[in-house]
Parts: sequence; C-alpha cells; structure tokens
Amino acid sequence: MSQIHVQTTINGDETEFLCDAEETLLDALRDKLGLTGAKEGCGTGDCGACSVTVDGRLVCSCLVLGAEAHGREITTIEGMANGEELHPLQQKFLDHAALQCGICTPGFLVAAKALLDRNPNPTETEVRYWLAGNLCRCTGYDKIIRAVMDTAAEMRGA
Amino acid sequence: MLDKTAENGEFKYVGTRPQRPDGVDKVTGRARFGADMVMPGMLVGKVLRSPHAHAKIKSIDTSAAEALKGVKAVITAADLTADVPEAEYDTMVNCIAHGKALYDGHGVAAVAATSQAIANKALKLIKVDYEVLPHVTDVEEACKDDAPLLHDNIFTEGLEEEPTTPSNISGRVQFGHGDVEKGFAAADTIVERKFRTEATHQGYIEPHACVGNLSADGTGELWCCTQGHYMVRNSCAAILGIDISRLRVTASEIGGGFGGKTTIFIEPIALALSRKAGRPVKVVMTRDEVFRATGPTSSASMWIKIGAKSDGTITAMEGLLKYQGGAFKGTWVSLGCMTAFACYRADHMKTVGYDVLVNRPRAAAYRAPGAPMAAFAVESVVTELAEKLGIDPLEFRLQNAAKEGDQSSYGPKHRAHGLIETLETAKAHEHYNTPLGPNQGRGIACGFWFNFGGQTSTSLNVGADGTVNISVGTVDVGGSRASMCLMVAEELGVPYEKVRCVVADTSSLGHNDTTDGSRTTFASGMALILSARDAKQKLCARAAKIWEIPEEAVEWVDGHARPAGPNAGEFDPMSLAEIAGKAETTGGPIAGHHEYNARGAGVSFATHMVDTEVDPDTGRVTVLRYTVIQDAGKAVHPAYVEGQFQGGAVQGIGWAINEEYIYGEDGRLQNPGFLDYRIPVASDLPMIDTVIIENPNKGHPYGVRGVGETSIVPPMAAIANSVSAAAGVRMTELPMSPPRVLKAMDDAKA
Repeated sequence: MSQIHVQTTINGDETEFLCDAEETLLDALRDKLGLTGAKEGCGTGDCGACSVTVDGRLVCSCLVLGAEAHGREITTIEGMANGEELHPLQQKFLDHAALQCGICTPGFLVAAKALLDRNPNPTETEVRYWLAGNLCRCTGYDKIIRAVMDTAAEMRGA
Repeated sequence: MLDKTAENGEFKYVGTRPQRPDGVDKVTGRARFGADMVMPGMLVGKVLRSPHAHAKIKSIDTSAAEALKGVKAVITAADLTADVPEAEYDTMVNCIAHGKALYDGHGVAAVAATSQAIANKALKLIKVDYEVLPHVTDVEEACKDDAPLLHDNIFTEGLEEEPTTPSNISGRVQFGHGDVEKGFAAADTIVERKFRTEATHQGYIEPHACVGNLSADGTGELWCCTQGHYMVRNSCAAILGIDISRLRVTASEIGGGFGGKTTIFIEPIALALSRKAGRPVKVVMTRDEVFRATGPTSSASMWIKIGAKSDGTITAMEGLLKYQGGAFKGTWVSLGCMTAFACYRADHMKTVGYDVLVNRPRAAAYRAPGAPMAAFAVESVVTELAEKLGIDPLEFRLQNAAKEGDQSSYGPKHRAHGLIETLETAKAHEHYNTPLGPNQGRGIACGFWFNFGGQTSTSLNVGADGTVNISVGTVDVGGSRASMCLMVAEELGVPYEKVRCVVADTSSLGHNDTTDGSRTTFASGMALILSARDAKQKLCARAAKIWEIPEEAVEWVDGHARPAGPNAGEFDPMSLAEIAGKAETTGGPIAGHHEYNARGAGVSFATHMVDTEVDPDTGRVTVLRYTVIQDAGKAVHPAYVEGQFQGGAVQGIGWAINEEYIYGEDGRLQNPGFLDYRIPVASDLPMIDTVIIENPNKGHPYGVRGVGETSIVPPMAAIANSVSAAAGVRMTELPMSPPRVLKAMDDAKA
C-alpha cells in the first residue's frame, strides 16, 4: 500500500513526510520527524502526554491521524521556547518544582499554554478542569496548578 | 555521624530550592525517556501475551510468523538460558511463560520485525495450543483447599509441620513480641474488624520501554527506563547466560516508577531478539500491556484486633494479613506485618501473614510496598477504639505513639524519630481546628516506613576550571540530582551551579542497588559527601605541595585550602578553581570516590489529616482538604520533599476512592486502561498542604531520612476515617467508590 504525502507546518516550519493511512500524528511526529517531546502514555486519549495543537486547537496527537496534519499548523512542545528564551510557563514550572519525573510535563505545558491563550485570567477551578485531561502521577498536581496560576498572573502583568 | 544540623544554622546550600539540573531539558521536550532512543538498524519488538488466566501451553508454532517478510526473529521460552540461577528464575518465567501461562497478559513469545505493523501481524501468525485450566484471582478463594492450584511444587513455608501437599499459600510469617492473649485479658475495650483492599497499579505515565543491542559473542548494550540499571544488567545477564561485565546498561530518564520499575519485564526479551536478529531491537509496552503484565500491588484480606484500658493505654495489638502476590512468591505480606503496628508502643503485639498465589500478574513494589493496606486496617481500628473509649483519636495516638527506646513491632528498638512531632503539629494545625459542614468528616492517620541504605558507589571529579562533576549509579526518579548537587556544594563550599550530576551507566561505576526503599538521597547523598571529603583531602594535599608545607597543616574552609596551625596566615587561601588549575603540575587529576553498603537509614513517620464530604444520594466522596505532616530528617531540596509528600498523598487518594483491578469471571482484567482504571486528575483534588518536620537522622552527616514512601502509607486510613465519620458507618473495603459507600450507608440504615 502506498503511503500518504503530507505537507504541513510544524512549529512554524514547512514540513513534509510520508505516512501510512492508519499512522497517528503522534507516531509521525516521533518516528518520522524526530519530535519526541510528545509522549505516548496510553494511546487512547486518556493521559494527555501527547498533547499538541492543530490550528490552535488542543488535541491528543495519538487520536489524530498523521494524514490529518495536511495543510494544518501543528505546534508541539519543541516550539514553545524561543531559542534560549523559555516561555514563562516553562520557567514557572521550573521555579515551582512543578515536575518530578517530567514525562507528563510537555503535555501539561502545551495544554496550559492553550488555556492561557484563551483565558489569561483563569480561576483555580478553571485551571483544574482544563488540565483534567492530563495525567500526572508524581506531583498530585498542587505545584502544577500553582505554576500555571502564577504564570497567568505574571503574563497579565499583575 | 551527624555533624551538621538545622539548629546550628550551618547549612548554606542544603535546604534551598534551586532549579534542578535536568529541568530545562524536561520543559523543552529534549529529555530522553525510554521510548525516545533510536539506534541505527533498529527493529521493533512485540510480545505475544496469554488471553487466558491459567493455561497449559501444549505447543507453540512460530513457523508462519518466521516466514513473514520483514520478521527478523521470533523467540519463546526456549531462547532464554536453561540454567538461570534460582534467584532469577521467577523473574525470567514472569517475562516469558515456561510451559504454563499463569495470568491474563503473561508473555508467551516475541517477535522482532522491520516495522510495528509487521510485528503486530507476525504475533497473529504465532499458533499457541493452550489447554485452559481452572483459575483463581481472589485471595480468599485461593486459600481454599479445593482452589485451582498454580504450582504443584510450592509447599507452604514457615509452618511448624512440613506440609505434604502443595498449596497456593506459599508462606506463613509471624512477627511480634509478648503474649497477646495476656494483653487482651488486661484490656477494658477491644475492637476487631475485617478489611479488604483491591489491587492497584503504580500508574506511572511512561510505559516500560527499552532498546537492546546484543552481539552473538554476548557483548551488548541496553537502554531502558528503570529504577535500577544494575539490577537490570545482573538479571538480564543471568537470564541470557552472559557475563555481567559484557552488558552495559544505561538508564534513560524515567517517566515514573513508584516501585513498578524495580524489576524487568521486556529487557531480556529485547536482548534475546537482538541476539537472534543481529540488530538492535526496541520494545515499548502499550498501556494495556502495562496494566495486564506489570506492576500491581497485592490485594489484601485482613483482620485486626486491638485492646486498650479505659485510660487509653493500648494493651495488645494483633493482626492476620493475607496478601496475594500474583502468580509468584512475594515478600509483600512480610512488610505489611512488620509495619502494621510500627507507630505504636504495646507490650503485646502479634502479626501473622500469608503470602498467597493467584492467577494475576506478579505483584511488584509500590511505594512502601505492603504497608498502606495494613495501615488502612490498623488505623481504622485505632480510631474506632479511641471513639469507643471516648478519647480524641489524635490524643489516643499521642498517648500510645512509639518513642525512642520502645520495642518496635518489627524487631529492633526504636531510635529517635519524629512521630510525636508530626502528631503535635497536627494537633496545633489550623486544619485540625476548623469546623466541618454537613455530610463532612475529618480523618487522621499515621504511617511508617523503614527506609533503606544499600550498596552504593559514587565518583566526584574536579574540572580544570574548578567546576565539579559527580556520578551516581542511582536513578533519579523525582529530582534527586538536584539534591546530590546541593550536598556536594555544601561539602566543598562551591556554588550549586558549579556542580553537575549524571547517572552513570553500569560500566562506569561500581554496583549500585536500585532506587528503592527511599534510599537514594540518603545513600548516594552520603556517599557523595564522603567522596567530597576524599577530594578535599587531596585538594589540601595539593595546596600543601604548592606551599611546601606539611599536608596536615592545611585545612579546607569555605571552598578554599587555607594554611593552618603554625603556618596560619602565611599564604593566601587557594580556591578550588586555583588548585584545580594547577592539577597537571601537582600530580594530575583530582577526584574523590566512595563505595560502601550504606547503614544508618532513618525511619520516617507521618501524620495525615483529611476532610471529605460524602454525597448521601450517590455515595460519591469529595476530598475537600488534605494536610501531610512528615519527618524528613533534613529536607535537602524542600520543594521536592513537598512534592514527594503531595504525590504520595494523591496516589493514596486514588487507592482509597477510585482505583482497583477488576477481574471478570473469565479471570481476565476488565479495566486495563486509564479510562476505566481512573487515577486522580487535577479536578478531583484540592491543594495538598504540607508540613516538613526535621528530626535529624543520626546515621547521616546532614540528618537526611528518606521521604519517598511514607507519604502513601496513611492516606487510605485517613480517608477511611474521614468518610466513615461523614457517612456515619465504618468503611472496611477499598476503594470507597460510590457503589460501595452507598451500599454501606444503606446497610447501616437497614
């Protein structure tokens, strides 16, 4: 069976790759493009470790086909920092010790950025519900929630 | 041993909260975890797993799979060494079944192919002729005389009379002191109850993953996510029949372990496939495989009896614990028995444990393995007894808390520890003194874990620019590299940022035991402090050489060599960087090392406090407020100590309320995914408050105790006490899911 030619934009770069019809976007990112920041924790959309955005919309890349990336704009954790300059969320995660093992961290950062892009002033409850699709087994979420709230405050200039 | 304490204010770096050395890589996606490794020519390996809970494997026909284009190797049990040492035999059989599949998900065969699609297709072409056998998955059912027998060569160990028939009860253990009958005779009030807990999974977000590359001559390398790469090396070498020196294992960044990555599952399979195919092989488990074939805890059936005088003095404590350890012998019930009453002082204590075999995956360690379920039962009875006596449950615990010099439940006399301080802190805490609303309850519980030292080897190298590299052989599961750098910075008197830590591969350092038993910050930390002292001695000797004065006339103060004694003030102090810069002409590289079997680990106690609300219509439990108070000895990096407290508490909340392994009539796991095995998510929880108690461990230079495990011991008990108060009925089964809570409330009304 011939493969599908996909032309897409990933983290601002025009990119093309070949993928099988049933291949997920997550596998294409990790295995074809070497973008291993998105992780597979479940493969069923339950853990959020593979979070990326497609045209600005937060998705689990394990539930999106690679072929669906055609003509879209994808952003992954690799596109979050600006060169040497970390995004405020990345810096706050470090300042608040909001990660232990770090496997869920890329997914949380991508999801949290998607929240703050939409809602720069979320309540704690809003942050908790927005991030309910991202599993973390190490932290108990406390320091993650604090890091996101603190970032939001800083980015608002509060 | 203890030569720095918080009280004398000597710490400069230890106790601060700097950014972790691996932090930037982990927030940018650059950190490489198990599945992120690629080797040239790499194949994809997949494991065929039994669909039956218990079945004889009559034959395996791999010919069609082998004939499939793109398949490079197929292995079965026959490809692993026949003369594996006894200590590794169960581990090998748990990776690949030998003659009998013992649980749903048990590995049977494996393939390596040029793509995942081909590997999956090849698995379907392997023909296994199974003879399905009767199975048993329940701990009490497995103890019955007519239960299906898992192994016909296991006879119960630890009985007074040697048994003549095989049994699913692989062993009986007993701990305690005194005479419990005498103790109960002296009691005015006695409470006894039965409890049940279901199995839970560690639930690390990263599935097991590895890349193996083994040559025909038995030389190879392995990259894997594990808590102990030396353990992986030794087990794999034994199972594959090769010298341990020929296998170099590198630990990847690890995406959570919690005890579940202290053994091997896929690693010898990847190596055996690689040896056969002549190419590197990557094996990554699916989440379904993780749930069905790795991890879980024991499920438990327990009976606890405690008696006390009317003045609140406990006279006797007795327990019977039955833990299933899956399809292989386990040690977890022993740990349950030893820890069950560890928080208390009583003249008469007795625990009896049975290790039970069932058709479930081999139980692995999970954070203070064996202790949380025993604590759930014991702490529930302690609270109920206090209530019957009309004494506040916290006061009752304070009255009976184990102190320094008391006989412990597990053998030795207690040394100094912080249990009383955790209880006093709880009593004075604003949380404990805040009123509750309707349908709400407050629970407290205490918990204990031993902590561990173990074999450890570390190395410290001073660079020409005065910066320092340290190598440890203990995997960093939660930020321990930051703690290592802090302790070395403290000891050498150089800034934290000048010290960098790596987890070295198995060929670069002496043997290191696995990161378990809350041992890493204690044991590797102490080894590094001693490595730094070794290096300081050498740095002083170099300064002495430069100054042409005796070595003993040089001392190390605040990151500098300084002339002392009669030479004091004669030369300007030399910094570490200045001495390092002259190393080439004064004797070559400067390094420090230490190897030992670390002793002196300090026990850790905690008190947890929780408020819950129970919905009277649905039985749903909401956690409103949670406070963890735990003795850390000395918190090296307090933010990561708090993180351990919070993470353990939330895993306990999951175990208490949601999480359970559900087996069907067919003996197959019904919920092998995160949708149906629901771990806590952010919207389920409040903030988790923490209080760090620092009662220094005299067995460590800075007073460090382990902190990783104790935090999961009290939560289920604290929540059970809270829910029981809110629902008005004593909860005796975990998880306290809505149907169970509702039924308990309905039964109480009936």
